Amino acid sequence: MRRAAGWLLVALVAARAAAGTPSEPPGDSLYRLSVPLVDQAGRAAALDLHRGRPTIVSLFYASCPNVCPLLVAAIQRIDAALADAERARTRVLLVSLDPQRDTPAALEQTAARLGVDRSRWTLARAAETDVRRLAAALGVQYRKLPDGEFNHSTVLALLDRDGRIVARSSVLGRLDEEFVERLRHEAR
Amino acid sequence: MLLAATSAAEPTYVPVEGGALRSVLPPAPQQQETRVAPFRLRRTAVTNRDFLAFVIRHPEWRRGTVAALFADGGYLRHWAGPLTLGAEADAEQPVTQVSWFAARAYCAEEERARLPTWSEWEYVAAASESARDARQDPAWRQRILDWYAVPGDRPLARVGGQPANFYGIQDLHGAIWEWVEDFNSLLVSADNREQGDPDRTRFCGSGALSMEQKENYAVLMRIALLSSLQAAYTTRNLGFRCARGDAEPGR
Repeated sequence: MRRAAGWLLVALVAARAAAGTPSEPPGDSLYRLSVPLVDQAGRAAALDLHRGRPTIVSLFYASCPNVCPLLVAAIQRIDAALADAERARTRVLLVSLDPQRDTPAALEQTAARLGVDRSRWTLARAAETDVRRLAAALGVQYRKLPDGEFNHSTVLALLDRDGRIVARSSVLGRLDEEFVERLRHEAR
Repeated sequence: MLLAATSAAEPTYVPVEGGALRSVLPPAPQQQETRVAPFRLRRTAVTNRDFLAFVIRHPEWRRGTVAALFADGGYLRHWAGPLTLGAEADAEQPVTQVSWFAARAYCAEEERARLPTWSEWEYVAAASESARDARQDPAWRQRILDWYAVPGDRPLARVGGQPANFYGIQDLHGAIWEWVEDFNSLLVSADNREQGDPDRTRFCGSGALSMEQKENYAVLMRIALLSSLQAAYTTRNLGFRCARGDAEPGR
């Protein structure tokens, strides 16, 4: 009985190691930040929910009139440039700057409107101070305006499997070839 | 008694009545005033002594241990060791070579406080010793500008070296640069020509803010510096003090 339990433990440890699960992320990984998220389905998630996959991360808000649709279009353009197998391995995480208005229902509505693949794309919200920390770590500047809109700089960050920022893009109007190249490399 | 001698004195938080601020960075073109709610601000900046006590209690914030995401290679570089101040870091000097992440963690963990917002900082920094808002006083302005002309490699003065301002707060000018909570909200367009259409691809909502009161160079320089920083950056002249909102529990 004892021996069986011992073998079970060994098997469990081996399985965990094979799945590459929760070792501490590298020191420069974004996943060092503890930022609790709630996704478009109302599920609680951690910032590293896509750990193990290359992930495009950006900040946006659902009611944004000008830039955010361009930002989403830029990510969709990158997505479309990938081979099927690369795309299947790529994840997208969009975190809202506007947790007050971007409820899970509003995020789900946005995801549906944009027609994104919710098996690979996550739209999420986080507490206001956590958004400030996440933006700071990503090098995103933003500011809430009196009319409820937000000024924000647009940055797409590419995270490797362990959450290290390996590429950035602020290119919105056309495909950022360099960014796609790096993503292909990470999705191999 | 022995314990008292080795632990730092309780930091003093000075109450600041709220009010309207005509910021050099107005909230919007059609709204020139920012409301500042009542809050309390640390009378002086956090010192090397204070920060040493923090890293003793929090190994994850020690030099050599801190995650690279949270602090660059210059973090506490002027200390003799991870837990030793040494000759280059006087206990009563403001702590510098600290990142925004580290400054925030200190305020939250050590003093159950937070960093001040830019508006709060600008609001109290508008005061001279005798006036709540001295920004139109040419002599006061000149004094601040003279500090900016001092070379940055001089040793930092110990905290509390300057006369208290109108609120009883010290060293806001003439000592160090200070982190604020929303340093990454100071979106400054380099040039007013950027306010047109091209900017709409850079910034969501309306365009980047334009700075007002061009004659108020000293404060504008602070904004220019803060808006150029990344959260993990550390520099020789950049430290911090903590704040608490009136509704926020102290310790």
